[in-house]
Amino acid sequence: MSVTDLSAAQAGARAWAAAAAVPDPEIPVVTVADLGILRAVTLRDGVAVAQVSPTYTGCPAVLAIELAVEAALRDAGFEARVERQLSPPWTTDWITEEGREKLRAYGIAPPAQAANSVRALFGESVVACPRCGSEATEKLSDFGSTPCKAQYRCRDCLEPFDHFKCI
Amino acid sequence: MSDAIVTALLELADDHLVLGHRLSEWCGHAPMLEEDLALPSMGLDLIGAARVLYTRAGEIEGKGRGEDDFAYLRDERAYRNCLLVERPNGDFAQTMLRQLYFAAFMEPYWKAALGSSDAVVQGLAAKALKEVAYHIRHSAEWVIRLGDGTAESAARMAEAVVELHGYTDELFLSSEAAQAAEAAGILPGRAALRTAWEAALKPVFAEAQLDWPEKVWPQSGGRKGEHGEALGHMLAEMQVIARAHPGAVW
Ligand SMILES: [Zn+2]
Repeated sequence: MSVTDLSAAQAGARAWAAAAAVPDPEIPVVTVADLGILRAVTLRDGVAVAQVSPTYTGCPAVLAIELAVEAALRDAGFEARVERQLSPPWTTDWITEEGREKLRAYGIAPPAQAANSVRALFGESVVACPRCGSEATEKLSDFGSTPCKAQYRCRDCLEPFDHFKCI
Repeated sequence: MSDAIVTALLELADDHLVLGHRLSEWCGHAPMLEEDLALPSMGLDLIGAARVLYTRAGEIEGKGRGEDDFAYLRDERAYRNCLLVERPNGDFAQTMLRQLYFAAFMEPYWKAALGSSDAVVQGLAAKALKEVAYHIRHSAEWVIRLGDGTAESAARMAEAVVELHGYTDELFLSSEAAQAAEAAGILPGRAALRTAWEAALKPVFAEAQLDWPEKVWPQSGGRKGEHGEALGHMLAEMQVIARAHPGAVW
């Protein structure tokens, strides 16, 4: 069914579903909706406008994500535009429960909740090993293969793993 | 008025781009893999902030200039960054101390900028504030590790303080343009941040067994476009592709 035959609510739902299914280019097991970086999709004068928040200010994936969201909306039959939304700033608290579970299953320890205090940011909170569940882990570096990750190691199963850091 | 706002935003953007580029120079050369990831990661944060600020400056200026025009098509004399950020990487001690000096300044700066009257600056401040917290922790850990390390590393760290401390004073000076932006509530004042900066740094220096320099000879001039020769070399490398292929896209 072409978009013009849909009710406004149906068209809005279709646009959201199309944009929400776009995978993150760096961690493709989670979608932009799982990560909470897709803030909204609204229909304005027949154009689907997606609002996307960058994870990190300089995240090189931002442009790729915006292009992918725009392409997904076009594929779903919409004229599309993406707006970058800097404020309020994205926080890892916006990652959905489902997103956290997907990260864990993929081998990335998800961030703790309540990332908004600097205390939690440096959370001496426990990071459990995503493979064996052990809480005997240690940080190797605050910085990892992408801006959003830190490197950890499990002292029980001895595997290194990524931690999606709180921000 | 709006000219002054544009200039003030460019000063801040240039600080971030120049330091971000300096950090990127470590990519592939850092002493260990973790640092090869950490330094460019911090660089990306800074370049990301610069992009937001250049774009905003271009909007206010209204002449159609964007981030690439500001970054790639201005000469050294048109750059308005402070001298600290353009200092060459030197050794690892100098790179880390330069980072700590800058990050410990930007933390209270961004905190104050949360109250900016400009929505873009305000949004950037909220984001950058979290990122800079990681930069402070990372660089402070290294300053302590090297300062309180071997005789060799301690000597190099002490040398880095001698080399760089004189460039920190400029962080606290507001140019005429910055003063206009401050009066308009767009950017926070600089002089008032010295207390917070010293309070953040002095415990790190103590733990690192470093003496806090009481007497320094302040260096400034970056906000007037008076730079050391190191910036020219850096810009030549950074701008060569964009200038050789005007308007190229990828
Ligand atoms: Zn384990």
